[in-house]
Amino acid sequence: MDSTIFLLLAQDALTNGAIYILLALATILIFGVTRIIFIPQGEFVAFGALTLATLQMGEVPGTVWLVVALAVVAAIMEAYRLLRMGVSREIPAAVARTLAPPLVVSGIAYVCAPLNLNLGWQVLLTVMLVTTLGPLVYRVAFRPIADTSVLNLLIAAVAVHFALVGLALLFFGAEGFRTPAFSEAQIPLGVLTVSGQSIWVYVMSIAFIGLLAYFFGRTMYGKALRAVAFNRNGARLVGISPSLAGTLAFALAALIGCLSGILIGPITTIYYDSGFLIGLKGFASAIVGGLASYPMAAGGALLVGITESYSSFWLSAYKDVVVFTLIIPVLLWLSLRSVHFEEEE
Amino acid sequence: MNRLRLLTGMVTLLFTATVAMADITIGVNLSTTGPAASLGIPEKNALAFAPKTIAGQNVKLVVYDDASDTTTAVQNTKRLVSENKVDLIIGSSTTPCSLAMVDVAAGAKTPMLSVASASAIVAPVDAKRKWAFKVSANDDIYAAAMVAHMVKKGVKSVGVIAVDDPYGESNTQEYVKLAKKYGIKTQSIEKFKKTDTSVTAQVLKLMSGKPDAMFIVAVGTPAALPHTALVERGYKGKIYQTGGAANADFLRVGGKALEGSFLPASPVLVAEQLPNGYPTKAEALKFAKAYEGKYGPRSTFASHIWDALKIVEAAVPKALKKAKPGTPEFRQALRDAIETTKGYNGAYAVFNMSPTDHSGVDQRGMSVIKIENGKWKLEDHAKF
Repeated sequence: MDSTIFLLLAQDALTNGAIYILLALATILIFGVTRIIFIPQGEFVAFGALTLATLQMGEVPGTVWLVVALAVVAAIMEAYRLLRMGVSREIPAAVARTLAPPLVVSGIAYVCAPLNLNLGWQVLLTVMLVTTLGPLVYRVAFRPIADTSVLNLLIAAVAVHFALVGLALLFFGAEGFRTPAFSEAQIPLGVLTVSGQSIWVYVMSIAFIGLLAYFFGRTMYGKALRAVAFNRNGARLVGISPSLAGTLAFALAALIGCLSGILIGPITTIYYDSGFLIGLKGFASAIVGGLASYPMAAGGALLVGITESYSSFWLSAYKDVVVFTLIIPVLLWLSLRSVHFEEEE
Repeated sequence: MNRLRLLTGMVTLLFTATVAMADITIGVNLSTTGPAASLGIPEKNALAFAPKTIAGQNVKLVVYDDASDTTTAVQNTKRLVSENKVDLIIGSSTTPCSLAMVDVAAGAKTPMLSVASASAIVAPVDAKRKWAFKVSANDDIYAAAMVAHMVKKGVKSVGVIAVDDPYGESNTQEYVKLAKKYGIKTQSIEKFKKTDTSVTAQVLKLMSGKPDAMFIVAVGTPAALPHTALVERGYKGKIYQTGGAANADFLRVGGKALEGSFLPASPVLVAEQLPNGYPTKAEALKFAKAYEGKYGPRSTFASHIWDALKIVEAAVPKALKKAKPGTPEFRQALRDAIETTKGYNGAYAVFNMSPTDHSGVDQRGMSVIKIENGKWKLEDHAKF
């Protein structure tokens, strides 16, 4: 291995690491706020890239129908919940609140899909569609069982993962897609050539970290989310609704996943089942951060990216084995170091 | 529509199972979901061309999906032989699933026609594989066509990048064996996963050896990722793909990067360009017209099912002379009849089965194809 290859591998590691950072952030966010180990995080990545690819072909993506169907289910669940609570006069307003945003978004997407808009508008449509998916998934699959054990939530997350992968196969087919690059530029940098697309990845990743830092540090909603993550019962006592916090966390996670998908769509081929492995690497990074620390998780993501890149060079057949084996010493170290306290169930 | 028809077919079968025992029942098990779905879906499409009757007997199809999973493949096969009492099984799409099915099919003494690629499914013909047949070319037929082309082009050293699954493994092995025989050096063999976000590292490693050619082993669109990475990194040598890559989606995803690369594949892809008189030309054109009129660009995987159905259509009348459908004697007779398939000019290849060769595909079922202007171009075909 010479220095050129070393640098090229480092560059590759950085690009992948930047994506894993985004996914690790989303994983920690959801776990902190809702205690859900959100396995389907990667599915938002696949849905993001594939929805954009379908829009590129001038067709209506299946995501539109999924959003509509989930909105209807969510509205029925909401009506049933209010009925059981004996406040049936609130039902029309609640149903309208649940149905309106998803229906508007999918309606716009349905109308705009065949128009062959330029890339920027299509990206915006994709982001809107997939971001709407997040809160709906939370409402339908997790909110009714929000207070059960972490294990129950994990099982529900696995079920959601399988459901979303199956639906993705139905909507997008078995073959892969590549989306057009945001920028075709190639910038020579010594021995390296930096592609415009990878600069987009870096910029977006850094921008998102900054945005999340601002959101959690400066805004009311961000502080509310942190309060829920810190102490659910305490947050409830001071009037923060955990279900609102959950909805918000899922919207953010879906947004992050969707953007990651759109960013890597031009770099690699995305399949209906691509999301799982990408999400798992984001999860591995989050584990390094103890599923709590954002900066540590970012470090973990870079570590995963670097390990992946260099192990692909030397031991391509065992690449993923190397990457995931990495978690074991980290877990060992974390569990030896940390003071154990039992979670209240 | 198609799915609905299959479903109604299955339901009617359930209701009429007792009265219609004399009908010929064909069990089909394909990988229409899971990692091999890109093979299974065109294969299932082609089932629409199944004959409604053969020699005056009604034909019933029972179709299952094994989700590209070997355990499910075994369960489906057990259901086909015990509940549906099928006379013959077609499937599965992948080598691991097909291998898993061989035991069950042999145990129930039911002939099976696999549409997967590896020669291990049918060779060597022993007590179990007596019941297993295959309508695709063995790996060595693919490798032979490609290595011959490499020799012709003066390729001396090759770097291999293979997808990390049984397809990648078996095709790489066959290739390496043959390349050694012809004095072509295999520099290094790298692995990648279909869902990898980057293969830059593997590509850099391969390129550091400066081989004359690269050989990419993967099925369908996953084959495009290493190809694009090689071109992006400025690799100037020849790039070879396997026949498994040959579908329209691969061309779409790979785009311009694929220009000028080669792959060994069934001449069905370039049927129009074949010289007149090529044994498979007529049937390939017939298949292409039927399939493309209904589902879009043709696929070699779909042509496997087309040929499998034709082989069954030819074998059933012979078997009917010996026994009635639904009986063990009929299944035995059907097996014997399939084994004597001779000189059938299919869409995919020419089939000559024998007691020692249960694939029956020879070099005439293989051509070398070049990708030019985003289309398949016939580069080299076997003598006929």
